[in-house]
Amino acid sequence: MNKMPRWADVVLIPLINLALAFFVAGLLVFAIGQNPFDMVYFMVKGSLGSTAGIGFTLYYATNFIFTGLAFSVAMHAKLFNIGGEGQAAIGGLGAALVLLAVPWPHWTLALPFAIAGAALFGAAWAAVPAYLQAKRGSHIVITTIMFNFIGASLLVYLLNGVLKKPGQQVAETRLFGEGAQLPTFYEMLAPLGIEFSKSAPVNISFFLAIAAAVGVYLLIWRTRLGFQIRAFGESESATAYAGISSVRVTIITMLISGALAGMLSINVVMGESERLILNFVEGAGFMGIAVALMGRNHPFGIVVAGLLFGMLNQGGFELLWEMPGISREMVLVIQALIIIFTGALVNMTRDPIERLFMRMSKEAS
Amino acid sequence: MGGTNTTGPQNTAAPAIELRGISKAFGPVQANKDIAINVAKGTVHGIIGENGAGKSTLMSILYGFYKADSGEIFINGKKTEIPDSQAAISAGIGMVFQHFKLVENFTVLENVILGAEDGPMLHESLEKARDALKHLADEYELDVDPDAVVQDLSVGHQQRVEILKALYRQAEILILDEPTGVLTPAEADHLFRILQNLKEEGKTIILITHKLREIMNVTDTVSVMRRGEMLDTVKTAETSPEDLAERMVGRKVLLRVDKKPATPGEKVLEVNDLRVTDDSGVERVKGISFEVRAGEILGIAGVAGNGQTELLEVLGGFMNGRGSIKVNGQEIDLTGKFSDAQSRRARGIAHVPEDRQAEGLIMEFGAWENMVFGYHHAPEYQKSKLFMDNAGIKKIAAEKMERFDVRPRNEMLAAKNFSGGNQQKIVLAREMERDPDLLLVGQPTRGVDIGAIEFIHQQIVALRDAGKAILLVSVELDEIMSLSDRIAVMFDGQIMGERLPDQTDERDLGLLMAGITERKGAA
Repeated sequence: MNKMPRWADVVLIPLINLALAFFVAGLLVFAIGQNPFDMVYFMVKGSLGSTAGIGFTLYYATNFIFTGLAFSVAMHAKLFNIGGEGQAAIGGLGAALVLLAVPWPHWTLALPFAIAGAALFGAAWAAVPAYLQAKRGSHIVITTIMFNFIGASLLVYLLNGVLKKPGQQVAETRLFGEGAQLPTFYEMLAPLGIEFSKSAPVNISFFLAIAAAVGVYLLIWRTRLGFQIRAFGESESATAYAGISSVRVTIITMLISGALAGMLSINVVMGESERLILNFVEGAGFMGIAVALMGRNHPFGIVVAGLLFGMLNQGGFELLWEMPGISREMVLVIQALIIIFTGALVNMTRDPIERLFMRMSKEAS
Repeated sequence: MGGTNTTGPQNTAAPAIELRGISKAFGPVQANKDIAINVAKGTVHGIIGENGAGKSTLMSILYGFYKADSGEIFINGKKTEIPDSQAAISAGIGMVFQHFKLVENFTVLENVILGAEDGPMLHESLEKARDALKHLADEYELDVDPDAVVQDLSVGHQQRVEILKALYRQAEILILDEPTGVLTPAEADHLFRILQNLKEEGKTIILITHKLREIMNVTDTVSVMRRGEMLDTVKTAETSPEDLAERMVGRKVLLRVDKKPATPGEKVLEVNDLRVTDDSGVERVKGISFEVRAGEILGIAGVAGNGQTELLEVLGGFMNGRGSIKVNGQEIDLTGKFSDAQSRRARGIAHVPEDRQAEGLIMEFGAWENMVFGYHHAPEYQKSKLFMDNAGIKKIAAEKMERFDVRPRNEMLAAKNFSGGNQQKIVLAREMERDPDLLLVGQPTRGVDIGAIEFIHQQIVALRDAGKAILLVSVELDEIMSLSDRIAVMFDGQIMGERLPDQTDERDLGLLMAGITERKGAA
């Protein structure tokens, strides 16, 4: 059947959803006696108005791109991996173990091994739910969300035990050391004569995330494995007919998904905190679901949506500073509204807009 | 009372249904174009047309699923708006869908009252329905045990429940969409008797079907649709199957397959004491044995659900079985590591599955991707170790679409956007062009338009003439009889008997399909 033009589907609808989200958020802000236009202004200014703002925005975006990609790969096989949070946390453990084990002379050496550690551990954390889904039919939504809790608890246990830096109260490891420090945008851009904020945590991992997006694109649309993943996602009965093993596709897809989620820790653990701390994922695993939904499970869309959500995240924090009348909880509500409208309710506006386009094309003809 | 001689008063009374100028478009596709139709009260009115001719759209408009862009509906001469199915029901329209809309684990009674309960407590409604059902059963030969759970009923009985549901809602006009697709010949006959009874009671029946024989047997008038338009409405007595087929397709159609006698060669497929047990532990295939030789078509007839599906799935490699299957004299793995569909393809078995939409195709994928589905590992489709040769595949797909006359000739279009016949051509092109030794074909023309049926049959016969072995499974007796060189009939997981097509007839096969062998020759 005739659909609306692709640009409307991919660009217009997300923008309308976003506008709706801001409209409802604005009503709320207005209701508590604040100026909604100030809210929008400070959110945009806070996220894009300075190199520090941009730096934080890109830093958060890096996380969201990784978790968004992780969710989308699984989603192409119609596997609802909501365990990105736990897979990222355990991925951080993998990266930390690699970085703590060896006194790394230079980050270029450390990075590939840290990536391997993060990806491997993230994948391993996804492997158990994947196996249970493929072999035992345990629903992956249930098992992955359970594994989020187990992963969080495991980190608490380890960071209060063997991994804890001796002689201190805080549940965290020692610093990884200078040889494992990733170059930040400040350091990378200085030789080019561009002065970037020194405080912003954005680092070379951002490019890793972009590379991962390109990799996911090639995987899904250019390789046999991607062909099988998509086919499995569309029709399990057809893959059986074609002789594609559902067990194999389920497990491999989840391993890739878990590995991508785990790589978030390269940005946060290796790039920013430079040690393993508790709760470093900070909900990015769940945010990835909204990012992937808004990005329509396409790597390009996920990068764009990731940047947008990075802006919202950073803009939200900035709001706390600029508008004392808005509490932390209010910021969370605003962010949640945006996630609901752009993620969960993404199809709400599609139908009426589709009908509108159909009517317009009919009148034109 | 005077069921046959009612033509007089009908013509003066307002028609049960009158449609004027009904149009409906989906985007650029004009599904119904200025349709006008008159259905006289107390008649059986057939509507035929190829897939995509707009029959279902028209009925969906009548039943309130779609809203017409323009046009008017008159029920019993009164202009009626039908915005939803609730309105259709209160206008006295009942619909029996091709795929039943029953709650499987409810009883017959519970299904009948569902949505028509009288109050918050069920007991009263159930008892009222029980009485009503008893009357209906007596009146129309519609007997079904009211306390039976629907999933335990045969398909024919489930269909009766659907009809009862409509009648319980006081339907005066009954629409049946492809009602005999899942029935045995005997069950179909019973259905037609029911329809006859209903008609004699003054009910109006609209029968949508693609089976010309049924149209000829049970309808009073028949309307032909083509490409969204209502072409003609004729008295059934004044037409013939050939005439109707020609009107439907718009050109002369060969209803019989033109083929030379087979010249069977070596044994390609040998099946010995094959048994298949499904996931719920029920034995579906109970020790069957047969063989198919090169250059012949073995047709397996039978009512759907008698083990044919499982037989194909085991042969195609996506279900486990016990027993022995040899291809070209070599045993094939039935349960182990090499029992998957990929291994079967490697052994020269190609498979056109029964359910092309769920198995044979990925509906969301483009035609080009579907053209390699299942063979996507083949070296000629790869660009390098890592990447597939997408450009090359598109080119090959376009060529195959040309050879198999797939329309529209657009390899980028998603499979779901092709008509049933063209979807089937995509599957056939993919499976036949790999030069298999054995072709498994399940329901090759289910949901396929008449024009495409002719083409598909020719392709199957051509493959046979090229010396390939073909196993054909179909529930369409006509198809089995015209294509097969030998016919085996399956019932309850067993082969009831084998026949040669020129030494049997529909009655003989129909008895075998119902599991009756002892009366063979006696009748």
